[in-house]
Amino acid sequence: MAGQSTYVPGSGLSRWFDKRLPIMRLMHDTMTTFPTPRNLNIWYTFGGILTFCLAVQIVTGVVLAMHYVPNADLAFNSVEGRIMREVNYGWLIRYIHSNGASMFFFAVYIHMFRGLYYGSYKAPREIIWILGVLIYLLMMGTAFFGYVLPWGQMSFWGATVITSLFSAIDQVIPNLGTAITTWLWGGFAVDDATLNRFFSLHYLLPFAIAAVVGLHIWALHVPGNNNPLGIDVKGPQDTVPFHPYYTVKDAFYLSLFVILFAVFVFYAPDFFGNPDNSTPANPLVTPPDIVPEWYLLPFYAMLRSVPQKLIGVLVLVGALVSLVFIPWLDTSKVRSCRFRPLMKQLFWVFALDCVMLGYVGSQSADAALHLAGIDMPLVWLARVGTLYYYAFFWLLMPLIGKIEKSKALPESIAKSVLGARGEHS
Amino acid sequence: MRIALPLAFAVSLCAAAYGEDTSAALPPKTSSWSFNGVTGTYDRGALQRGFQVYKEVCSACHSLNLVSFNDLSAPGGPGFSAAQAKAIAAGYKIPAEPNDKGETMDPNGTRLTRAGILADHFPPPFPNEQAARASNGGALPPDLSLIEKARAGGPDYVYSILTGFAHKPPKGFKLMSGKYYNPYFPGRNISMPPPLTDGSVSFADGTPNKVAQEAHDVVTFLAWASEPKLEERHRTGFAVIAFLLLFSGLLFLAYRKIWKDQH
Repeated sequence: MAGQSTYVPGSGLSRWFDKRLPIMRLMHDTMTTFPTPRNLNIWYTFGGILTFCLAVQIVTGVVLAMHYVPNADLAFNSVEGRIMREVNYGWLIRYIHSNGASMFFFAVYIHMFRGLYYGSYKAPREIIWILGVLIYLLMMGTAFFGYVLPWGQMSFWGATVITSLFSAIDQVIPNLGTAITTWLWGGFAVDDATLNRFFSLHYLLPFAIAAVVGLHIWALHVPGNNNPLGIDVKGPQDTVPFHPYYTVKDAFYLSLFVILFAVFVFYAPDFFGNPDNSTPANPLVTPPDIVPEWYLLPFYAMLRSVPQKLIGVLVLVGALVSLVFIPWLDTSKVRSCRFRPLMKQLFWVFALDCVMLGYVGSQSADAALHLAGIDMPLVWLARVGTLYYYAFFWLLMPLIGKIEKSKALPESIAKSVLGARGEHS
Repeated sequence: MRIALPLAFAVSLCAAAYGEDTSAALPPKTSSWSFNGVTGTYDRGALQRGFQVYKEVCSACHSLNLVSFNDLSAPGGPGFSAAQAKAIAAGYKIPAEPNDKGETMDPNGTRLTRAGILADHFPPPFPNEQAARASNGGALPPDLSLIEKARAGGPDYVYSILTGFAHKPPKGFKLMSGKYYNPYFPGRNISMPPPLTDGSVSFADGTPNKVAQEAHDVVTFLAWASEPKLEERHRTGFAVIAFLLLFSGLLFLAYRKIWKDQH
């Protein structure tokens, strides 16, 4: 669909400009006339929503950095004393930024599950998917660094727990893990040097994300969008121009998303927060339960499900790395789960599995469920959940693709849309 | 934080099902606060009385480092006039900056002080952590600027602690020496002696000075100290969301119109 450009410069000036820097042509071809499947549903609006989230985080973050002080003695008060109390609308900018991180992850999870459900990672879109995984990893790094900056108790202890994961390498090569951890910290504990470098990286990584997002969208514009039917676009009757059809649709759903965002910012700004982070970091007092932000909880549960530290870390890393291989693990020729009765069920089990792992990650390590007279330690739920997580990608995806009898695919997008009258979402 | 409460409650119910653990904290008593909910605002009377409780009782041991005297007359706060806030500030002695001769001590070695001004923050009761611990049996009275954001349960938790000293320890409960029994505190052994009694404070506005009233008012004051922009936030949110709803409605109509002929 990266076809012939249809851009016609309107004036002498734009003709002059087009010969020298055809940026208007690029905008025109990618954001105006770009042929887009006519059957994209609500779940496809999250790409635009995510771009919005990134922009919001960068703009609010740049303003916060003007008032924030990356110093272990001053950081907490620069956030809670200055930004929240003295800077004009500082409370608003900070609450947008802190809740924005959660909204960003909420949107990215929907975007990823949508890609999984409709098989958007399959040929010829493997690179789009892998770039997406890279963005997700960068987001996790950025969010982690950002969470450390207010220098509250959970900031400090979260940073300690996560950076200490590297010390597990000691079990393979003695002292190497400790050396790496010391190098990361810039000292022998999480301290001022750590805070300073985390601030630097927190400011840097979003621009790396923006660059990879650029590649992600570029790669998307080569084959064009996948769609809920998962079948290829066969001709112009299957598509509509991106503008105004998808600009208006994306804008509408973005607006609804911003309402949800605003509800949290104005009426429940601490919903995603942890009370311990309103206490300044204290290296001498460990909080009773150290929990990461909600969007990292499933992986935290996997980490804790293994009693051996190094293997736990490998399970955690493996869970993330597995995502890269999905385009080749799924052996089915059919993209969309709409036509894959078995995969569809396994997909929903997988989604529930992730939610369950998140719940387990939020509970203390020795918690148990008391059901029908039986004590079920949550760590066993985490183990079952971790097993299914891996099995879903490495066992079920290759296997089901071979044995599943998929439903008949519709002839074309246009026929399918016209068949279901009045339904476009 | 407010949502964490039912969750914490559910979890503690589960814990209760395991057996009688007399050292686990009770879930905080839930009260309705004027500042809860979408239209919540601070009760001015409670804020001013709560300030009096903080000043006359809590501030003997607890600092309020992030709050300035100027905040007392800021919009959305206790509603003191600028002149009142100035007078309150002037009533505090602040360690003086070096004088023209570079001295911070008088000839007797006493720290020079000056009267507080609006730009000053509430001065801490102790010069450092060690001094605070030495005066409090080894325990550190926490700064109260963010106390209601720093504890699960927020205002309900602080209210429960302040009014929880009335409970008698159950039979067989081990109360450590120098500690007080408070079932809402983790471990139930708290270092803080019961801070409020009936009549601890004589309210200027004649409000009856029972413990429950004093606790209610100081909890409101500390809620404001933790979230001084809450009223502005609630008001702004209303306007923002009203606009967004209208805007979404218009976008929906545009969306319908543009897509009308496409299916």
